[in-house]
Amino acid sequence: MVDLAIISAIDGLLPLTIGTTNLTEATVGAMTSLAPYRGQTESLSSALKSAHGMAAPANNRTTGKEGARAIWFGRDMFLLVGPDPDPALAEYAALSDQSDAWCVVRLTGEHAADVLARLTPVDLRTAVFKRGHTARTELKHMMASITRIGDQNYQIMVFRGFGKTLLHDLQLAMEGVAARGGA
Amino acid sequence: MRIDGEGLIVRKRKIGFSFDGHSYQGVEGDTLASALLANDIRLVGRSFKYHRPRGILTAGSEEPNALVTTGRGAGQEPNVRATTQELFEGLEARSQNNWPSLGFDLMSVNDLAAPFLGAGFYYKTFMWPKAFWERVYEPIIRRAAGLGTLSGEADSDVYEKAYAHCDLLVIGAGPAGLMAALTAARAGADVILADEDVRTGGRLNAETFEVAGIPGRVWAEEITRDLSQMDNVRIMTRTTVTGAYDQGTYGALEKLAPEIAARAGGPRECFWRIVAKHAVLAAGALERPVAFQNNDRPGIMTAGAVRTYINRWRVSPGRSVAVFGNTDDAHRTAADLLDAGVHVSALIDARHHAKCDLDVPFYVGAQVSNAEGRKSLEAISVASTSGIDKIQADCLAMSGGWNPSLHLACHMSGRPVWNTDIAAFVPVPDMVPGMGTAGACQGDFSTRACLSGGVEAAQDALDDLGRKRPKMDIPAAEDSAYDIGPLWAVPGKGRAWLDFQNDVTVKDVKQAATENFRSVEHMKRYTTQGMATDQGKNSNVAALAVLADATGQGIPETGTTTFRPPYSPVAIAAMGAGARGKGFAPERFTTSHEATIARGAPMIEAGLWFRPSFFPKPGETHWRQSCDREVAMVREAVGICDVSTLGKIDIQGPDAGVFLDFVYTNMFSTLKPGRVRYGLMLREDGHVMDDGTSARLGDHHYVMTTTTAAAGQVMRHLEFVHQCLVPQLDVRFISVTEQWAQFAVAGPKSRELLNGVLNDPVDDESWPYMSCGEIGIGDVGGRLFRISFSGEHAYEIAVPARYGESLFNLLLERAEKRDGGAYGMEALNVLRVEKGFITHSEIHGRVTAFDIGMERMISAKKDCIGKASAARPGLMDEEREQLVGLRPVGAAKELVAGAHLFDETDEAVSVNDKGYITSVAFSPTFGHFLGLGFLRNGRARIGDRVRMVDHLQESETICEVLNPVQFDPEGGRVRG
Repeated sequence: MVDLAIISAIDGLLPLTIGTTNLTEATVGAMTSLAPYRGQTESLSSALKSAHGMAAPANNRTTGKEGARAIWFGRDMFLLVGPDPDPALAEYAALSDQSDAWCVVRLTGEHAADVLARLTPVDLRTAVFKRGHTARTELKHMMASITRIGDQNYQIMVFRGFGKTLLHDLQLAMEGVAARGGA
Repeated sequence: MRIDGEGLIVRKRKIGFSFDGHSYQGVEGDTLASALLANDIRLVGRSFKYHRPRGILTAGSEEPNALVTTGRGAGQEPNVRATTQELFEGLEARSQNNWPSLGFDLMSVNDLAAPFLGAGFYYKTFMWPKAFWERVYEPIIRRAAGLGTLSGEADSDVYEKAYAHCDLLVIGAGPAGLMAALTAARAGADVILADEDVRTGGRLNAETFEVAGIPGRVWAEEITRDLSQMDNVRIMTRTTVTGAYDQGTYGALEKLAPEIAARAGGPRECFWRIVAKHAVLAAGALERPVAFQNNDRPGIMTAGAVRTYINRWRVSPGRSVAVFGNTDDAHRTAADLLDAGVHVSALIDARHHAKCDLDVPFYVGAQVSNAEGRKSLEAISVASTSGIDKIQADCLAMSGGWNPSLHLACHMSGRPVWNTDIAAFVPVPDMVPGMGTAGACQGDFSTRACLSGGVEAAQDALDDLGRKRPKMDIPAAEDSAYDIGPLWAVPGKGRAWLDFQNDVTVKDVKQAATENFRSVEHMKRYTTQGMATDQGKNSNVAALAVLADATGQGIPETGTTTFRPPYSPVAIAAMGAGARGKGFAPERFTTSHEATIARGAPMIEAGLWFRPSFFPKPGETHWRQSCDREVAMVREAVGICDVSTLGKIDIQGPDAGVFLDFVYTNMFSTLKPGRVRYGLMLREDGHVMDDGTSARLGDHHYVMTTTTAAAGQVMRHLEFVHQCLVPQLDVRFISVTEQWAQFAVAGPKSRELLNGVLNDPVDDESWPYMSCGEIGIGDVGGRLFRISFSGEHAYEIAVPARYGESLFNLLLERAEKRDGGAYGMEALNVLRVEKGFITHSEIHGRVTAFDIGMERMISAKKDCIGKASAARPGLMDEEREQLVGLRPVGAAKELVAGAHLFDETDEAVSVNDKGYITSVAFSPTFGHFLGLGFLRNGRARIGDRVRMVDHLQESETICEVLNPVQFDPEGGRVRG
């Protein structure tokens, strides 16, 4: 029987530490887009809650926690990250497997927001972009999903094929911030 | 020379630097300009046009004269203002625009020819002969005039771009800016305080004033320390706000400290985009020079600059200094010089009512009318009612009053107003929405007025932000009145400079008026006043005052020219930071990328994707050899090609079929699950947008395939159609392009290969042509589509992307065992041209379904996007250019894409044009070239001969018109 090997989006190139900032590739489990059918958002939210323990998030927000998280993913779209989706969800929403479609990295450290501020126009001030907040935005020239999952911990997602460019862009930004001595 | 006393320098920290190859020493805290003056270097550059010797005029970013080139090789930077360049160990600076040397510049003969080189000289002189302009005159003029030069090498420095956000942006950290920032910060607002200097304090660093009973610069330090300890305040020194843009967005250039720029990865500059709910402009004011004969001699400086060099850097620009002005600033300057122990040879006040309480030779109601000394000032002439006195001086501190730095307020087309009291333009409210002004930039010149103005401007902003005004005490400070006697140009013979940087004199402006360039905008362009890198900061108001005088209009009627971003020069490298090399565009790689590169395939870009052109084998020296082999391989055995780049859109929902019926010309709601159908998509104007296959995976589930090129466009189109045209349809879609690694397995041996890989073998009965379904490879679930873009029995197999590389290697290994292998874009193109399949070369945006022979795919049973438009008579005309195949039958056996088609006997000129070729390929299957193209009434002309002419490559041949489908027109091979 044939046995296919698994290779991640930026296999073997991470982790990376520059200055006080760390970049790692995250293994987050399954990722499934949930697009509620017409008028089904609340039903989906209830089903999501009973199946996976979190309601559907509001715009630019996440629900759940590490291991089982729902991320707002654009207009009428959520991304369930972690568990395999309960088949019951399919009654209320279009489910599409996105587990392999995205490169997922985590940027952590005291100056992680400073690094991101070199690449994305999102207002990352602590009081504005709080823990659990998320944005679909641009990161350099790529469209991305950026989520603040901890005080100094950001989850960044771009299309899998852009993984190496993401690494390139983040590395340059990390070097620039590190050279300032953390200013 | 350096003088005693405490300034903002650290005397014991010596810093070595060089200027024009000679080594010198400065101290920590110095700028290049202050260090040069400390070393008694006064001649620092040559002027733009006349190559006049020039010295340092100012102490700030407005400097027009002291421009130098720093660094060497790739790190060379021209036109650096010595007045803002921080001194650092090893700094290497060179003067510009001189040959062979700064002291002896042969081009200074231009100065002797000055009577001929006035305003409009080039326009009048180099008109004839016409052809000489580009080839002779312009190169000569460009060599003679100018600034520093680029290295010609790629810049080796790192530049950065970044974003910042705040409630209040305070532009300028002088007394007004500091108080504005403090007020807003105490109210809890997020504040960014930006200043172009390396430290906060603004003019307080240059004056001897006290604030709150302590020296002003100490007060500034204390306030700055308080601010820096607040979490809601970000102090950005070395940062010039360069532009005000829509919706509270400001551009700002940060020049990092030399020691940071020197670190690995350390940026030299960072271009910030700051988004602020409110802003306070507290940019201060710029001192005006006075125009008089030879007022550009090295040693003549603005009075404020002299005070700055004395008080901040403890450097005296001269040993015997004369002071000339029309405000009390002249007296203040003389007092500071005396306090510093510098000899003041004269104090000349142009105001007749002025009084002097200093122990210096005082000339009241007098004016400086001339200056002597070529490379350095030696003496000045003072004209008064009693005649002309000559006074020895090696430095003249001059002041014509102050211009508020209101430039940013004008960046959104706002116009300032003239204030007679201070003889200057001042901003009016709301010139930039959300931006207030405070301090000297709105014409409040006393320190006390700046302090209170800062508080008021911040309070106004706080009201708008919905925050409570904190109670603020205004510290005690100097509060003298500003008493100015307007003085622009001292009458007299000879040339009196207005614009030092572009060598524009009073005479030039008057001449412009004489020649009827009377509008300020015309005068500017005729004389080039204000068009240099300082953008007229030093000369603008004086020049228009001279113009107003010459035309007999008042200054307010004359008006100013328009201030535009940037406030001070911004290197393109900073604006384009991060976009060099791989930063230019993201690279999108397939899962088979590494394996493909390892096989030596040259890659071509398809949008952002990279795809292999061909896979060279040992011994193949030309791409055609590889391509021909790969074509034959697919036709005779089996080929593997990564097709993951094609767009894949997951479409689900009860109305998915109806939705597809609406966006495609043909029916998809009737497609059975497990089947695939080719679809054609039109734009609303009836022209073809894209094509591809859609597979029905379930009752309510389709997956649509788009071309690589149009994946984004199709996604956007679907969103538009759903959100705006058919929002009632319950359908959802998302891109799954990157979820699946998908490979074409094409050729007579494709099924045999797959059956060695799949858990359950496939056959014609279970997997007929245009079927699809789920498959398993080991414990990995995937999808299989029996579709073909080559005309062969073929499949596309998809697995989750994490398995892509592994599957690609496996398929290649299996293919190679069957005399097959990988094929690239070149072979893929040949295969589809032989088969008459279209790509975006054919559906390039101007063709209809009728043109490509697919008008019957527009279903009569339903409506679809573009259907009505496509039915317009003009789009169904038999005389339209229609898709045909072509092969060369003339002497030349080659076809050229882009060539045009003509009737055999017609002359090859545009009126006779009958069509054009879109795709060509050498077909190893047929042994000759094949082409696809569009020919007027082409379908009726199959079998005719037409003439192909490529006027660009001068290639020509006779072609036979063919059916576009040459290979296996019955389609027997795809069905196995």
